[in-house]
Amino acid sequence: MIWNEKYETMKSADMKKHQSDKLVNLVNKVYDKVPFYREKMDTLGIKPSDIKSISDIVKLPFTSKDDMREVYPYGLLACDKKDIVEIHTSSGTTGKPVVDAYTSNDVEIWSEVMARTFAMGGANEDDVVQIAYGYGLFTGGLGAHYGAKKLGAMVIPISAGNSKRQLSIMRDFGTTILACTPSYSLYIAEIAAEEKIEIKGLKAGFFGAEPWSESMRKEIEEKLKIKAYDIYGLTEIIGPGVASECECQDMLHINEDHFYPEIINPETGKVLPDGEKGELVFTTLTKEGTPIIRYRTRDITYLDRSPCKCGRTTVRMHRLLGRTDDMLIIRGVNVFPSQIEEVLLKLENIEPHYQLLVSRKDKMDFIEVQIEMNEKLFSDEMKNLSQTEKMIEQELYKTLNIHTKVKLVEPKSIPRSEGKAKRIIDQRQI
Amino acid sequence: MLMKQISVFLENKKGRLAEVTQVLADEKVNIRALSLADSRDFGVLRIIVDDPDRCLDVLKAKSFIAQTTEVVGIEIEDKPGGLDKVLDIIEANDINIEYMYATIDRRKDNAIVIFRVGDTKKTVDVLHKNGINLSSTENLAKN
Repeated sequence: MIWNEKYETMKSADMKKHQSDKLVNLVNKVYDKVPFYREKMDTLGIKPSDIKSISDIVKLPFTSKDDMREVYPYGLLACDKKDIVEIHTSSGTTGKPVVDAYTSNDVEIWSEVMARTFAMGGANEDDVVQIAYGYGLFTGGLGAHYGAKKLGAMVIPISAGNSKRQLSIMRDFGTTILACTPSYSLYIAEIAAEEKIEIKGLKAGFFGAEPWSESMRKEIEEKLKIKAYDIYGLTEIIGPGVASECECQDMLHINEDHFYPEIINPETGKVLPDGEKGELVFTTLTKEGTPIIRYRTRDITYLDRSPCKCGRTTVRMHRLLGRTDDMLIIRGVNVFPSQIEEVLLKLENIEPHYQLLVSRKDKMDFIEVQIEMNEKLFSDEMKNLSQTEKMIEQELYKTLNIHTKVKLVEPKSIPRSEGKAKRIIDQRQI
Repeated sequence: MLMKQISVFLENKKGRLAEVTQVLADEKVNIRALSLADSRDFGVLRIIVDDPDRCLDVLKAKSFIAQTTEVVGIEIEDKPGGLDKVLDIIEANDINIEYMYATIDRRKDNAIVIFRVGDTKKTVDVLHKNGINLSSTENLAKN
């Protein structure tokens, strides 16, 4: 079922008109209300009157994650604070978190795009939706919650974790739709197999918040006997609901009446034609609380405007193809190797010869931090060496918020390179 | 008299120990006593050799992480109760043993037990006072 026929099947020319109207409104509003955008536009010598249609968007400045952090917590507010009804933030592991503040209209938009998401995968008001994304400041849980409610389905707000309970609730209430991270769905399948619980009645799953692949989709679909849909979203834009797959499972439809996508060359910032790979950039056309202009996601993909068999006319994006930075997503937490380096360099006697080994054990991501031994760190006593490892693990945990395994290795065993050191070995088969 | 022990960091992987012994064989360094401690990921090889200074140099030249530690070598009569007598003294004086290992003194028919203790100086004093003979690197070297 197409949830919103008007916008999801809109003709290209009409969509352009809609996007142009919204962009002109948006630019006038943020220039007036948000000093951050006004200053950026003034620096570039751009006035709101220069923006007449959606094609003028290329004149506007980009917004980066760092920009958003600098104005924490309320610097991007484009409305009165009293009109904000809810906030969400990113995990903030790399510094100050990014804030998404929603007016009641924004929550309505969020519900709408997530209802479209569920409908794209064939869900309707007869379904029982088990939401095993985390509830809280993380956008996953509540985003899916609002969408499923809007759809008229029955919502089970179980949140993440407690896998055995997930299975008993699933059985007792006859869950038909599962929403969680793809790796968690496999974990649930594994627990079911261990406990010899047969999963019956599930028909589809909506999986996002971490990268996954076609082979992982196949595994999930076989193990849970469902259709598995890729959904995409990010806190900076609205949370889940930015784009998602329809029943054709052939790329993700972007809700472009709300979120305008561009693909740029990450080095030059120039917009690339459809079909060419580059960095995905989003502008929120309709958000009131914290509207974002040309946000650089650092995700790499391409756009496709060819018609989809499902009948929707919205532009589609390919499943993510990578990142422009070296960010890792470990158990749903964003981790940058530079953060690990910073922790190590602050510790005494540790040389910056390290390597990160990322693997997936029992469906869970796992980082081993290999650090080269040196004479100052060495001791003839095993307990001192173990303590050193443990101390580094604790320091890393304080910054990263995830557990790592530190392993001391022999000197010169980590490959040196002339240029950029190869710090990450990602062995995950995803 | 203290002994110089060489300890070497070894990653827990096949062939690493043999690489150390190969270096020592090539350089004609003789191992007189040895112990190996290991965890899941790495091990520490501790050796008493005939020429500790040269041993350290040749290992470092081959990029091994190695260091010298002073340990106490104690001559112990090779008969029942020999070790117990020494340990009683150490315990009575509240000295912490980090690790220990043993070898044979072929000249005297004695055992030599090598102790790594919390307080080396105090240990030497206490043992002297109790008339316990200490061994030295040189003694073992002549063995």
